[in-house]
Amino acid sequence: MTSTSEATPGKSRRWHRPPLIKRPLLRWCLWLGAGIYLAIAFGTLEVNWGRVLEGIPRGQKFISGFFPPDFVTNIDEIINGLNESLWMTITSTVVGIALSIPIGLGAARNLAPAPVYYFCRSVLAISRSFQEVIVAIFMVKLFGFGPFAGFITLVIATIGFYGKLLAEDIEDMDPVQAEAVKATGSSWLQWINYAVQPQVMPRMIGLGLYRLDINFRESAVLGIVGAGGIGVVLNNAFDQYDYQTAASVLLIIIGIVMLVEYSSGYIRKKVQ
Amino acid sequence: MPIAQDNGQKVWKRRDRRTQLSMWAGYFVTTLIFVWCWQLMSEETFWDFVWDAPRQAADMASRMVPPKWDYINVLWRTIWDTINIATLGTIMALFLAVPTAFCAARNTTPSAAFVRPIALFVIVSSRSINSLIWALILVAIVGPGMFAGVIAIGLRSIGFCAKLLYEAIEEIDESQVEAITATGASKAQVLVYGIIPQILPAFAGISVFRWDINIRESTILGLVGAGGIGIYLSSSIATLAWTQVSVILLVIIATVVLSEWVSAKVRHAII
Repeated sequence: MTSTSEATPGKSRRWHRPPLIKRPLLRWCLWLGAGIYLAIAFGTLEVNWGRVLEGIPRGQKFISGFFPPDFVTNIDEIINGLNESLWMTITSTVVGIALSIPIGLGAARNLAPAPVYYFCRSVLAISRSFQEVIVAIFMVKLFGFGPFAGFITLVIATIGFYGKLLAEDIEDMDPVQAEAVKATGSSWLQWINYAVQPQVMPRMIGLGLYRLDINFRESAVLGIVGAGGIGVVLNNAFDQYDYQTAASVLLIIIGIVMLVEYSSGYIRKKVQ
Repeated sequence: MPIAQDNGQKVWKRRDRRTQLSMWAGYFVTTLIFVWCWQLMSEETFWDFVWDAPRQAADMASRMVPPKWDYINVLWRTIWDTINIATLGTIMALFLAVPTAFCAARNTTPSAAFVRPIALFVIVSSRSINSLIWALILVAIVGPGMFAGVIAIGLRSIGFCAKLLYEAIEEIDESQVEAITATGASKAQVLVYGIIPQILPAFAGISVFRWDINIRESTILGLVGAGGIGIYLSSSIATLAWTQVSVILLVIIATVVLSEWVSAKVRHAII
């Protein structure tokens, strides 16, 4: 037991739970710093409570505008947008994962020589540092409006996500098995295929499904900057104050995400 | 161990024929789906624009250098705002995510038939609606500014935090809970002394991880008027001030790399 008062007789002996941060000075400094920061941050928040109060009835009206969700009027647009989102998701996930495998191998410290390692790591860092929407703005500028810009954006995001996790997984693998395969005199490719790949495969399949799910959700928002998919329908609905259609689009997105989540959970259980 | 006969010699194989064939079939189907989707996409694409893109990119890059370094003096305040949106939003999300997670975890939920599905629905809907869409709705309700951004980030993060947290709660060591229960502790005491100490490291890790993600998310909220550096980005792009755009992009990279470094350090310290 890590009680402090236990060792000092005379004082009342009471057990205390051990704190998460052991050093008391560091603990108190962190608390104090957090308090000061929060005070300043709330100070700069500038909440206009009058505007918020005014907004509450407006918000109620706004939300009641969502009911009942209207699936019928714009059904063709919704189905088109949904199709676009779905194939955008599939192509970008496949291409993104295919490209992230060489980069991920290069970014694993135990596989790659130093120059390759630093190069691949910086590729990953850059592709991860921008939010998808910012990348999409530039891609729309380069490739024009439409799903291709969204596709490129999602490929970049997938490389950053999948490549990094693949590299970390390879770095965490069991070196004993890898050495055993190397000792049989295998070539580099055989070594990757028989020693590395089986160790990382189960987790990577799960992550691939997870990325598919993320890409679908992201494709719903890329439409706001004109990069195709169901987001275009959603954005148009918001712009035209057609909240009933917007509500139905949101419900469809939630439904599909739930479906993907349950099925990917099922597949992951089967694979592992 | 699957073994093939090759000229009367036994050769080791990694998989037996059945698994190998079903694997190839899986690859084949994936390829078919991919090609089909690619076909659909290329019908909607103006390939002339795509072939023109490298030239466009070079053109845009040439307009971006040299970055207009003075512009950073305008940006300090909005960088601070961006970080605050992420931090306050994360704190708000954690306050809401903890009760949701306890309702969603199989071993702590008050009622598996009613409360758990509701909590799971909250988690999924918060995860499936992007923070930009939340911001779009909230700007209409509470007005443009940071406050809408904080709430948008908060609502978006509930699902993520609650999902990871309830998985951590479901994986706790039940024997410790049993030990506390055996001392005659009340339900609240079991929670405080049996469950919370076990999930505290996971909780700290999740919150720092989400904070790191939220820094990235809060850079775009300005596009719909919810505060942060995004406003400057979109107005600089709209006025074709490319030298300002490059400064903003560099600032975003620096902030994100810094926050990632902080979050990695903190998680290392905890775990």
